[in-house]
Amino acid sequence: MTDRPDLQSDPERSGRLAATGDWRIDAVGGRGFSTAALPDDASGLDATAVEQLDSVGALVLVQLAERMGIEPAEIVLRDEHRPLVDAVIAASGSDEPEPDPEPAWVSFLAHIGEVTTSFGGGFKLFLGFLGLGVSSLLRTVFRPSRWRITSTIHHMEQTGLNALPLVMLLSFLIGAVIAYLGATVLKEFGAELFVVDLTTIAFFREMGVLVTAIILAGRTASAYTAQIGTMKSREEIDAMRTLGLDPFVLLVMPRLVALLVMLPILAAAATLSGMAGGMTVSAFSLDIGPDLFMSRIHETLNLRHYLVGLVKAPLFAVVIALVGCLEGFKVTGTAQSVGEHTTSAVVQSMSLVIVINALAAVFFMEMGW
Amino acid sequence: MVNAPEQSVQSVVKVRGLRNQFGSTVVHQGLDLDVRRGEILGIVGGSGSGKSVLMRAILGLRPPQAGTIEVLGERIDQGASGRSLLRRRTGVLFQDGALFSSLTVRENVEVPIKQHYPAMSDSLRRDLARLKIRMVGLPVAAGAKLPSELSGGMRKRAGLARALAVDPELLFLDEPTAGLDPIGAAAFDELLVTLRQALGLTVFLITHDLDTLYAICDRVAVIGDGRILVSGPLSEVEDFEHEWVQNYFHGPRARAARQAGRAGS
Repeated sequence: MTDRPDLQSDPERSGRLAATGDWRIDAVGGRGFSTAALPDDASGLDATAVEQLDSVGALVLVQLAERMGIEPAEIVLRDEHRPLVDAVIAASGSDEPEPDPEPAWVSFLAHIGEVTTSFGGGFKLFLGFLGLGVSSLLRTVFRPSRWRITSTIHHMEQTGLNALPLVMLLSFLIGAVIAYLGATVLKEFGAELFVVDLTTIAFFREMGVLVTAIILAGRTASAYTAQIGTMKSREEIDAMRTLGLDPFVLLVMPRLVALLVMLPILAAAATLSGMAGGMTVSAFSLDIGPDLFMSRIHETLNLRHYLVGLVKAPLFAVVIALVGCLEGFKVTGTAQSVGEHTTSAVVQSMSLVIVINALAAVFFMEMGW
Repeated sequence: MVNAPEQSVQSVVKVRGLRNQFGSTVVHQGLDLDVRRGEILGIVGGSGSGKSVLMRAILGLRPPQAGTIEVLGERIDQGASGRSLLRRRTGVLFQDGALFSSLTVRENVEVPIKQHYPAMSDSLRRDLARLKIRMVGLPVAAGAKLPSELSGGMRKRAGLARALAVDPELLFLDEPTAGLDPIGAAAFDELLVTLRQALGLTVFLITHDLDTLYAICDRVAVIGDGRILVSGPLSEVEDFEHEWVQNYFHGPRARAARQAGRAGS
């Protein structure tokens, strides 16, 4: 019925080309239209034999005419095809070129530069945010009317209570692994009993709070960023400002306070759970029963061990909450930006937690605490 | 324009006995609607009357509780078979453009072309995308921008360019002029008329904009009480005895729009 699009010299009038067939994208399945060698001396294009035309066909017709030096407006057309070709001509004239994309190496260098400068800027921003946090905390702490109690409790549940099973399970397993490791090494010296010392010191000084902080850095920092970031992109933050509400007090304070309260509690639970893991392994594979295990703990454990561990908890809470919220505020508009900043929040808070923990460990060891 | 007798007019969208509900809230109940080939049909109705839900049902984005929907002669509720052809023959402009935020405008317009015509050469695809971008009245330079860098009106135009990318026969527009300034809205109306003439489109147009209704719609369908209260040319719909319809078409804004529409035509 309809033919493939084609372009031929008109046998009756030399120099004139005749387009025939179905000039639609469907007719050629999106592959090119007729691209046979075009005569140089063509002086006119007759498209009245074209049965059907769509905008791709019209575009190709106009392009062919231009390549042959024929004014596109002079293509002879059926009346029903005229508006479409006119629209295509109107849209393809006066070619202002699309700006070329930068070469890859330029954008690569630019990216390196951007990342480098953003380190300094990001650190400054974090310090500013920290200052804002401290001053807001001091301003609101003596004014109970400005406490966001409902919101704070809500976040305590979200970040604390709901994370409890996960934190306890993971600490239990880590406790078991540490006990196994200790047993493997210490057995050679016949000093299996020191497994208790190892587990106790490890969990009370380091692991309890560190495991908790790492889990929360993954679980809570990302949630904070995504929540605040989505609000930012939906202009909720701007709406708060125009209503005279302080987004920092409204959004950051409850999250910060919730984490400050919950992280030490979770860390305590993690410590107990890790000890339980160590105790289980000792009982089943080292023949150190719970009684012996407990009495050995009493001999080893000092209050200072626990304090050394616990003192880091508020620090980690501040880092996780502030990094999560700050990244949320940095979100701009798009869904991609929310994703980027969520990743960044998790990476930053996790690395900061580990770095701070390492510095603290060195400090406390050197001080002999 | 002389109205052809009902039988000879081809319906490109045919909705019969449609029922939609969310939980216990019934949005549509026994809704019938026809969209005829080549017309611009304006859908009006109060907020929450289910205009967008109707569009989503026709597009197959939301399975209805009852009723049949036929688009371009194909039943919508029969699973995914033949859906790709249907998708190629329909174009949709969502309220805020719904451009893919990680792609530039030109890449957005190329998405449907790539999806439906993977064999098309890169250069022709680029030229086609550029053509569509210019056809909707955007500068070529806008093609290299990300959607977040565009104004609301430009995003709508870019969304329209994507909807038109593979020359659909049927175009769905959800409030295309909402949020545009009056000059931009009038230009958008004009653009629609031009494109319809050039591409032979059928347009399903949800709108609140009385100026758009009077300026470009061939027929208007009013949604209310879960069904189509009345559909027909504006002059008939205006006189329909229903409180909402009377308030809508005889309020002060409608009077102004009617005068403007008459002066324009």
